Amino acid sequence: METQPLEIQKKEYAKIVKEIRPKPPLLRNVAGAFVVGGLIAIIGQVFLNFYQGLGLSLQEAGAAGSATLIFLAALLTGLGIYDKIAEVGGAGTIVPITGFANSMVSSAMEYRGEGLVLGVGARLFTVAGPVLVFGIVTGWAIGIFYYFFR
Amino acid sequence: MTAPKKVGQQTVWFQNPPVIVAAATIAGQKEGQGPLSKSFDKVIGNDYYGEQTWEKAERRMLLEVMQTAVQKAGLTPEKIDYMLSGDLLNQIISANFTARDLGIPFLGLYGACSTMLESSAVGSMLIDGGFAEYVLVGTSSHYGSAERQFRFPTEQGVQRPLHTQWTVTGASAMVLARAGSGPRITSATIGKVIDLGQGDPLDMSSAMAPAAADTIARHLWDTGRQPGDYDLFLTGDLGIYGRKLAVSLLGQKGFNIDDRYQDCGAMIYYPEQDTHAGGSGCACVGLVACGHFLKEMAAGHLKRMFVVGTGALLSPCSTQQGETIPGIGHGILIES
Repeated sequence: METQPLEIQKKEYAKIVKEIRPKPPLLRNVAGAFVVGGLIAIIGQVFLNFYQGLGLSLQEAGAAGSATLIFLAALLTGLGIYDKIAEVGGAGTIVPITGFANSMVSSAMEYRGEGLVLGVGARLFTVAGPVLVFGIVTGWAIGIFYYFFR
Repeated sequence: MTAPKKVGQQTVWFQNPPVIVAAATIAGQKEGQGPLSKSFDKVIGNDYYGEQTWEKAERRMLLEVMQTAVQKAGLTPEKIDYMLSGDLLNQIISANFTARDLGIPFLGLYGACSTMLESSAVGSMLIDGGFAEYVLVGTSSHYGSAERQFRFPTEQGVQRPLHTQWTVTGASAMVLARAGSGPRITSATIGKVIDLGQGDPLDMSSAMAPAAADTIARHLWDTGRQPGDYDLFLTGDLGIYGRKLAVSLLGQKGFNIDDRYQDCGAMIYYPEQDTHAGGSGCACVGLVACGHFLKEMAAGHLKRMFVVGTGALLSPCSTQQGETIPGIGHGILIES
């Protein structure tokens, strides 16, 4: 191996790494994401029904329900529980709005030591920023498409 | 004219092998719950260690461990000729600020997680070269401060792949001396930077294993020895899978060390602690080598061990720009 050209060494090595590196437990991860993500959705639905029961319209109850989920995710992040749930739930905890809340609160906590403005202020969107940027860009592109081709 | 103390391509023999007259360790909470907890001098109760930030906690551990090592050696900081240290944080602030507080002439070193061994090798050269009576070496790492520099905010919910390792929280230090009683550093092999094209920042062991294997093989070639001449080969933080990679690579080079090879990262946690592939970080090799193995040596269970510290020489910037991860491994030979 020593005398082989570097490119061949790299290829050979990549094979060994692939062999030795443990395979991700796909089935377990998918099941975890399904159950945890589903539970978050059910909790959202419970709040939606609750707020509708209080007399809010569907749209208003949706906003109130989302705000409640965001609050709960932020609280659980602050208590150090959300990341433990995410270890089981994976994508099921990242995709819902709770994942977005977690990414912002965890950044805020992380950079608190560097001060309010240059720490929390500047770094709050470190993780969530790309999501926003590409969410907005996609919305814009679809808007243009819709304008010309509807 | 060849250098009189150098042998082969990368190895030096010390004519007056420096003595490890004292070693000290401070471990984090999680490490204190692991299988080696009894071998540490001190375990901190919580990872903030009474400070406002993780960086400050790391620095406090490094300062205290350095002071403990100096005390154990029966010395004061004024007696130490050089302090050699480094850590994982940008511009090695833990080491710099500790050196400020100790007031010892200071050389800051960076070898990522190999820094403890890099410091020991250079410190031994300073002593054997006649430039120092006492050298203080040490390093630190902290799960919180390292994660946020290299990966994600700590509280962010992320599913870690099974091959990732857990950055060890802790600090370790040794006092090397020209004379005294204790195990001696008889030889050192300075590693080359090796890059076999691995680029996953969540899998640094694959990036470092080729460097570890290269340094071990180089040491054996340079000295003309066989694995059987040693009681133990110890790598710093390759973890469970990295250890297998190193064994496999060394097999290709014609050396079978599997029966006498341990990795600090694979030893420092229980499997139930859910760290996946084991520990990593500057403190990993320091805690296990200075804590567990030097005690084993003092008890007479080991006579000759070759310790290799491995470092992944990446930065968050290099990863984002699509670079692969170069690795390095420095080794020292410790004999009782």
